[in-house]
Amino acid sequence: MSEPWEEEGPGTVKKFMYVNRKAPYGTIYALESLEVVLIAAAFEQDVSMAFLDDGVYQLKKGQDTKGIGQKNFSPTYRALEGYDVEKLYVEAESLAERGLSEDDLLVPVEVMSREALAELMNEQEVILSF
Amino acid sequence: MKYGILVNEGPYQHQASDTAYQFAKAVLDKGHELYRVFFYHDGVNNGTRFAVPPQDDRKIAELWSQMAEAHGTDLVVCIAAAQRRGLLDEGEAKRQGKDGNNIAPGFRISGLGQLIEAGIQCDRLVVFGD
Amino acid sequence: MSMLHTVNKSPFERNTLVSCLGHATAGSAILLIEDGVYGALEGTAHSDLLRGALADHSVYVLGPDLNARGMTDDQVIEGVSVVDYGGFVDLTEKHEKVQAWL
Repeated sequence: MSEPWEEEGPGTVKKFMYVNRKAPYGTIYALESLEVVLIAAAFEQDVSMAFLDDGVYQLKKGQDTKGIGQKNFSPTYRALEGYDVEKLYVEAESLAERGLSEDDLLVPVEVMSREALAELMNEQEVILSF
Repeated sequence: MKYGILVNEGPYQHQASDTAYQFAKAVLDKGHELYRVFFYHDGVNNGTRFAVPPQDDRKIAELWSQMAEAHGTDLVVCIAAAQRRGLLDEGEAKRQGKDGNNIAPGFRISGLGQLIEAGIQCDRLVVFGD
Repeated sequence: MSMLHTVNKSPFERNTLVSCLGHATAGSAILLIEDGVYGALEGTAHSDLLRGALADHSVYVLGPDLNARGMTDDQVIEGVSVVDYGGFVDLTEKHEKVQAWL
């Protein structure tokens, strides 16, 4: 049976970028954005995730949420690879501004300059920010 | 041109819903196709028919419902976000054993796949949020 | 491929405009909406930020948001164009994609 999104043929692959600029827990954006990425993986699009500004805090190692009564969803970032979401880009300037380095992150990522990330954003076809 | 719109904030709390509605109206006025409006995060609260704003205030849910009625606009509320926030249609209420439903006319509850599909199908996906 | 960036935060409250300008490549357009319109005004502590952007970008501000906040078109930095919702749609048509800086 043909699904409605297959109207344009199975070959329709767009470059989707999920832009994460918000810290986790203070608001729900980081968690629900991650939920979108997990669902989106089933659509076999060209998916990448960008972490910049406070979004880099989403990937900080050692999150322990027992004291605030919320679920620690950070292990999910490590599961992304299993969903074929392998392009995680972190902005070097955003890390440095926050006194963080790649070693502080809980998952392997590609750290890139603001300029390189800007170019990459420019190449996308659909940009989802939450 | 085919447009998709993502609304990430609830009505009244943030201007995002108002801007999204005005933008959607302008899209239709210009003769473009509005393929889908997808409501995510607190944006799902746009779809409750139980809101009773003061008489001299705009009725955001009703405005969307009228748009759906007049133009056949597909208004989709994310099921996962809706479940968290207590927005239910008849089927969901039954499934979850709740004693009523509150979805406004013209809205339907569906999965996040509908957002990704809009991203694939539409020429433009425009995001409104906080 | 050129991009339209939307910014909806006041530069006095958040770094959204700064971040957008730091990532907007030359030739892309910027549209200030909602509380973002405060970034388009002449004579504020942040006016130079946007004035600097005009060299590489076309910059627009949503008129209805400006007027709602008690501001008029003549208070906008020279070179910034005022558009209505129809103009907003036209901008999204002209540029191949839209990035919302939230």
